[in-house]
Amino acid sequence: MTYIPHSPNERDAMLAAIGVKSLGDLFNDIPAGHRFPKLDLPPALTEMEAAAELGGLSIGNDNVRTDLVSFLGAGAYNHYIPAAVDHILRRGEFYTAYTPYQPEISQGTLQAIFEYQSLICGLTGMEVSNASHYDGATAVAEAANMAYAQFRGKRNKVVISPTVHPQYRETMRTYVQGMGLELAGDDSKVNLDASPDALESLIDENTALVIVQYPDFFGRIYDFSRLIELAHGKGAMVCVAANPTALGLFKTPGEMGADIVVGEGQPLGIPLSFGGPYLGFFTTRKQYIHKLAGRLVGETVDNRGQRAFVLTLTAREQHIKRERAISNICSNQGLLALAAAVYLSLLGQTGLRQVAELCYHKAHYAAEKINQVKGYSICFDTPFFHEFSVCCPKPVAEINDHLLEHSFLGGYDLGLDYPSLKDHMLIAVTEMNTKDEIDALVDLLAKVNHD
Amino acid sequence: MNIPSNFKYTKTDEWFDPVTGAMGLSDYAQGQLSDIVFVEIVVGVGETVAPGKAIASVESVKAAAETYASASGKVVAVNEDLSGNPEILNNDPYGKGWMIKVESADASGLMDATAYAKYCEERAH
Repeated sequence: MTYIPHSPNERDAMLAAIGVKSLGDLFNDIPAGHRFPKLDLPPALTEMEAAAELGGLSIGNDNVRTDLVSFLGAGAYNHYIPAAVDHILRRGEFYTAYTPYQPEISQGTLQAIFEYQSLICGLTGMEVSNASHYDGATAVAEAANMAYAQFRGKRNKVVISPTVHPQYRETMRTYVQGMGLELAGDDSKVNLDASPDALESLIDENTALVIVQYPDFFGRIYDFSRLIELAHGKGAMVCVAANPTALGLFKTPGEMGADIVVGEGQPLGIPLSFGGPYLGFFTTRKQYIHKLAGRLVGETVDNRGQRAFVLTLTAREQHIKRERAISNICSNQGLLALAAAVYLSLLGQTGLRQVAELCYHKAHYAAEKINQVKGYSICFDTPFFHEFSVCCPKPVAEINDHLLEHSFLGGYDLGLDYPSLKDHMLIAVTEMNTKDEIDALVDLLAKVNHD
Repeated sequence: MNIPSNFKYTKTDEWFDPVTGAMGLSDYAQGQLSDIVFVEIVVGVGETVAPGKAIASVESVKAAAETYASASGKVVAVNEDLSGNPEILNNDPYGKGWMIKVESADASGLMDATAYAKYCEERAH
């Protein structure tokens, strides 16, 4: 649908209909002195001058597409984005579409979100997905909201593994302020070698939700089936925050019995963009659908019996349920959900598995070679996906400075979040890293140790 | 509009049956809400309710509303059928649409059917 502006005649007719003489009269409620405030802006630039100024600023950026070889992960990953993703996203109908509350003129957006929801359910092994949240961190916080609502406030403890992304845990802490929720397990000083089953001692009859990550922040893969069974035995729900690429290869949290599966969808066709915008996916079981926050697109038929899509169960949302709504959020990441849907459609199950296998094998190759370099060793024994932790002979910041001189982006400094992991680096390897780049990284790490 | 003469009513459109101790949403209320898609009874057997305390959360296609206790008393039964079949509230609000039953109920301050009918007429536009 193209944009059709009002003509002056139409404007005059509308003003006449409501009995107003001119457009300016509609602003009479604003005191005269405030109608055109002095803004004190510098003189206007021409388009040429503005482009030159902004271009000059952007040259200061180094990005992973053209400037840097990246081995940095920790929640956001450098994956290949097929050209078709951007091509579809930039269609005006999608790029400028707003909230599809009027289904008559939003079938395209609604169907795209419905497809996204369906794909995410397939990926996670769950029964229903919402239209997305801001990012993985928000999705984790919403899981706590949902569990709290599910138990109607009768259970007020949330157990969260310290190996869940530090920023997700911090976002949770912000979110649950004032809710009277007790957060247990959120302690970066505990023994990080322990298996997830160690959380068992924290789970009791007052626990609403247990939250774990898959792979965890250190890249490690665990089967949570037993922990989930334990939690269910105490009547608690379990939320697994999962990496979507990993789900192309490993057992789904749905198969393990999780009640809620959330995660960061950035790896699915969304650029790194220095931290965002990203995509929080949120899935659960059908029995909890009325406690699901966020938008939900449903499939139905119109009054002519034609298949149609619509935002459904809308009375859950805060503009209707108001102070009794599960969450204050009723927004989604429409364009990025579309990007994820395009990415998943293009790759399919086979393609996604291929990406995951490449990540897995390249990461294991890198880990093996780095382990052989004097002064470096792989920290944990546990099976991992595409990220692993390395004990380094020098501070991570120092090593990364050296790597950056050669245009290599090193791994994440784990000491920043975990006191017991000073001088430990979290290295991520994806399909974007060639064997030559990995070999070069290994050489650079070796050189750093000799200097 | 259906207003059984033997029931009592609140200004917030709940009904109470003094004989069985049952309570629920009136026909007027279900009509205003339109198609109900979700009902959750928020009190359990053994709990005490009083007017002003929410006994259920109801969502329709376009609105969300709380149902309040119409009388005081101890809850002795909760209608388990409603959560799976919310449309019962639209189809049979006074019969199969009962929400909870209380014993030793105090039903003072409620309107009778005539008063409630007049009340509904005055609000209608």
